[in-house]
Amino acid sequence: MSRRDYLLRKFLFSLLTIFVVLVINFMLFRVLPGDPVRSVIGRNVRISAEMQASLREQFGLDKPVFPDQFFATLQQWAGGNLGVSWSLRQPVAEVLMSKLGNTLLLIGLGQVLSIVFGVALGLFAGWKRKTSFDVGSLTFSLIAWATPTFWLGIILLAAGSTWLGLPTGGIVSPQNVGKPLYTVLPDLARHLVLPTLTMTILYLGEYMLIMRSSILEVLSEDYILTAKAKGMSHWQVLWRHGLKNAMLPIVTMIALNLGFTVSGAIYIETVFSYDGLGKLFHTALVRQDYPLLQGAFLLLAVSVIVANMLADILYTTLDPRVKAN
Amino acid sequence: MNESWLLFKRSLSDFWRIFRRNRMGMTGAVLVLAAVMVAVIAPALSPYTPATVIRDEAGRGLTFAPPSVHGPLGTDDAGRDVWTQLVYGARISLTVGFMAGFIAMFVGSLLGILAGYFGGWLDNLLMRVTDVLLVIPDLPLMLVLVATLRQMELKVSPLTVLILVIGLLYWTSTARLVRSQVLSIKERQFVARARAIGAGHFHIIRKHILPQIMPLIVANTVLILSTAILIESGLAFLGLGDPTQPSWGTMLNFAFDRNAISNGAWWFYLPPGLAIVWVSLGCVLLGNVLEEMLNPRLMGHHLEGEARVVKTEAGRG
Repeated sequence: MSRRDYLLRKFLFSLLTIFVVLVINFMLFRVLPGDPVRSVIGRNVRISAEMQASLREQFGLDKPVFPDQFFATLQQWAGGNLGVSWSLRQPVAEVLMSKLGNTLLLIGLGQVLSIVFGVALGLFAGWKRKTSFDVGSLTFSLIAWATPTFWLGIILLAAGSTWLGLPTGGIVSPQNVGKPLYTVLPDLARHLVLPTLTMTILYLGEYMLIMRSSILEVLSEDYILTAKAKGMSHWQVLWRHGLKNAMLPIVTMIALNLGFTVSGAIYIETVFSYDGLGKLFHTALVRQDYPLLQGAFLLLAVSVIVANMLADILYTTLDPRVKAN
Repeated sequence: MNESWLLFKRSLSDFWRIFRRNRMGMTGAVLVLAAVMVAVIAPALSPYTPATVIRDEAGRGLTFAPPSVHGPLGTDDAGRDVWTQLVYGARISLTVGFMAGFIAMFVGSLLGILAGYFGGWLDNLLMRVTDVLLVIPDLPLMLVLVATLRQMELKVSPLTVLILVIGLLYWTSTARLVRSQVLSIKERQFVARARAIGAGHFHIIRKHILPQIMPLIVANTVLILSTAILIESGLAFLGLGDPTQPSWGTMLNFAFDRNAISNGAWWFYLPPGLAIVWVSLGCVLLGNVLEEMLNPRLMGHHLEGEARVVKTEAGRG
């Protein structure tokens, strides 16, 4: 299979996955009890029966669910119309876009920090297998893996606010709300410390484990033995033959981890009242705001799928073996 | 029959001889067993029920009483005993986690065996489905599913909804693992011989393939259990548990929503989290050790120095 065919396949697969997400989203919306008209105009608005009937017609709800309603809904979604939030009384797409930046900031910071530290520690732990450093970092990452994200957040929140005087929630202090973020950077940074720390600790362990097992696998390959036999030092072997080959799974794992990262953001933002998509998701869940819930799910799922596809493309440019295959 | 039973007993005692010397594995086993014990004998561990409100002499509920006032773990915002909730919570958390884990194991193994053994369109379909499930972010999907299912007014308890949603979403890794094992086993000589003497598919799967992959399925299930328990706690923390049957995650949901943190009530939010870590860590340790004992690829590498000793008995696992 040529590289073009491979990428085409990946692209088609992503389209298929997005289609599945769209179907799930559409179906869940339809099985909810009650009149779908309500989901469009809001739950508590009083309207007459004739008005309802005319709305039904207007929104095409008198037509069969499939294919008419399904494709009409798809068309709406494609045009960026995700309905109106019941609880916030704002278009869902607008609400989502206003929170997206904050979440990207948190996820971005947390991921970069955990990847850098995780790769470095994992590489060292794998190389020095069975030393106390290895055992220590393995223990750490196992415990981090077994720790619920939200609980670590709760502990850091309690400890950080009590002992370090760090803010307990929000993204900036109340007096700075509404100002552009770049004008209140020190305040923003103080608010970011605990959520970012939570995310870094949790995902650091994961990257370390992946890197460790990846480097272990690479180091047990025969070409490492050959390199060693040629008289290269351990550092040289590790740098020239180990790291480069061991980094490949990390690229895939970063992409696969994106789904977990999104989960992490939901927990962390909820605990720290951090004003992003994750907290929004939780708000929608608690208030049973279905248009908002569906819109947030659609956005999160589609972004993760697209990011995965991008990672696949990146992978083919990094790994010559994929090109050859 | 008798002979294969003896063989099984011998390999089991072989396994135990190696396993009991493995500190990580034994730690994991002890952690898990202790938690299961607590769940089983919960009523014997506390004079109260989880809903009992502890009162002072004047008859007022003791809210947020620290362990020094009411032992051993104080009371929550409504004056209920935290220790009692913790030991009864073990029942809910473990039940949901184990049931979901077993559903995932069963579905995953069944589909993995069928896909690996029969191949063809079934295999293709299975691989595409797991591919799709792998890239859809799991927590948002589960939240949307659970929220919708609960809204549908089905006649099932919230815990059943949790069990089904977790169990029916986490079978993919098991299915892939089992499939790849079956693919390699079915090419081996003894399967070809069995087929040559006219053995049927069901017989081959049951007598030749299942015994080979069963140990790996067990190891994988133990790992899935830890995921299931963590996921349950997360969903419960986000408010999707059953408030009338609080699991550890539900307790943390209560603690967080009712300001245990700003009240400094550490005895309310620390123990449930520690309990979750206890069980999921136990499962991870146990599962990893089991997997390592059964997967020869994870045994050693070339930069490890000359001191590497290959334990002869470890290879048989």
